Amino acid sequence: MSIGLLIFVFILAIFLGVELITKVPSQLHTPLMSGTNAISGITIVGALTAAGAGADTFASIVGTIALILATINVVGGYLVTNRMLAMFKRKDQEQK
Amino acid sequence: MTDYSAVLIDFGYILASMLFIIGIKMLGRPERARQGNMVSALGMLIAVVAALFECCLSFSLVIAGVVVGALIGIIAARTVKMTSMPQMVAILNGFGGLASLLVGWENYHSSPDGNRFVIFAIVLAVLIGGVAFSGSVVAYGKLAERISGRPIFFKGQKIINAAIIAAIFICGALFVWSPTAALAYPLLILIIILALFLGVLGVIPIGGADMPVVIALLNSYSGLAASAAGFIILNNVLIVAGALVGASGLILTGIMCKAMNRSLANVLFGGLQAAVSKGGADQVQGEPSPISPEDAYFVLEAARSVVFVPGYGMAVAQAQHAVKEIGDILEENGAEVRYAIHPVAGRMPGHMNVLLAEANVLYDQLFEMDDVNPIMESVDVCVVIGANDVVNPAAREIESSPIYGMPVINADQAKTVIVLKRSMAAGFAGVDNPLFVKPNTRMLFGDAKASLQQLVSEFKEA
Repeated sequence: MSIGLLIFVFILAIFLGVELITKVPSQLHTPLMSGTNAISGITIVGALTAAGAGADTFASIVGTIALILATINVVGGYLVTNRMLAMFKRKDQEQK
Repeated sequence: MTDYSAVLIDFGYILASMLFIIGIKMLGRPERARQGNMVSALGMLIAVVAALFECCLSFSLVIAGVVVGALIGIIAARTVKMTSMPQMVAILNGFGGLASLLVGWENYHSSPDGNRFVIFAIVLAVLIGGVAFSGSVVAYGKLAERISGRPIFFKGQKIINAAIIAAIFICGALFVWSPTAALAYPLLILIIILALFLGVLGVIPIGGADMPVVIALLNSYSGLAASAAGFIILNNVLIVAGALVGASGLILTGIMCKAMNRSLANVLFGGLQAAVSKGGADQVQGEPSPISPEDAYFVLEAARSVVFVPGYGMAVAQAQHAVKEIGDILEENGAEVRYAIHPVAGRMPGHMNVLLAEANVLYDQLFEMDDVNPIMESVDVCVVIGANDVVNPAAREIESSPIYGMPVINADQAKTVIVLKRSMAAGFAGVDNPLFVKPNTRMLFGDAKASLQQLVSEFKEA
């Protein structure tokens, strides 16, 4: 893949991100932050390669640590966000 | 591996990117936020599965890493208390940043002869990832109160920061210039160490009240670090997902800054420090009038409309359930109950909303500052719970006040204001609050939770 194309994708994604987020009610700021934080754990894809195809033992160890951390970020991030969002209730959703 | 499977893997990454975009879009809408999070989680699962098809020569370490990480993640997410959510988000963010740093390091270690562009991306990944990691750890320490939440300043701080940034630039340039030279590996290690220092030095001068800005900004960094990692392994899904997070983090940062009427530079370089020493004692005159829980009960009992304004003090006292209890009692008593939330109340964006939601407050009772201010004059009682700067009328009235111009909730315009507060100490920013000495203000001193529980028992006895 050409470098120019990667940068092109990056720039477009930045613009897309700005458009997606502009108007979010403040009550959702925390879940939005922890939800996007979980998405930044996408580096797990890089960590998988690093852990599974390292050139030597040291590379594999570094890669495995990266993988553990990225997995914590992903799994913890999504679960915590889900826990928070499950608490938000409206009147018509209240069950008692 | 045939071309056919490579296409399938690419298709997986494209699908994952689409799900992230749809997920983030849905996260911005209250009714669909929870599904949005699940959509984005599904995207992550697809990306991981696609990566597993092309990543690995041996799976033993991969499986071990995923299992260990997932277990820690599950346990942490299940056990964390809602009041500890800011530090949880901070530390998770730090892990993401460190993972990107290590991915960069591993890639250089395994193939130091990559093309110059990849080498440059490695520098970016370790730099941004390193700053995100150490900055998040310091933020975690401040939020969890392992270290002092006060801004820490020392002489020559800015010069040292500038020197570190310059050193990183020089090391980075030398490293990219000749990545296979004998000196290159030590240079990379040096860049990592400097980046870690920069993250620490960048966050220690920032006070607890400014934490919402910093957390949002660090969130943005860890996204950009993931993007940089994407340029290293030439993978679009990392680039897209990282850029989305980077952009959304920046937008949130902007929202937080706007809510404090301060520029990002002002927050990052400690604009309020001068104000602390200057003080405003000559501006604020008068004695606060205390009120007993019994009298507060009579005031609230007669109120037809009540607005609660929570702040960080509510989180510290873990008073959200007591707030909900008294709110319910007042509603049964025929009063209209609202909760007014300032965008920067607490220690992370939306902190108060999460705590009140935990206590089962319905979100149609939560009002944003701009919606509640116009009706404040018709409100009988405004109850301020552990909030200070976000209800400080000095922001409107006293031009010399360091927070002058910051949008605040106009609690002082309610007919009666009851302020729950531990003592008369100044707020975090060290700014005096004229609200406490207004003629319509009564101070209910003591622990917020205990005071509210006393009020509840007053209502129950009556």
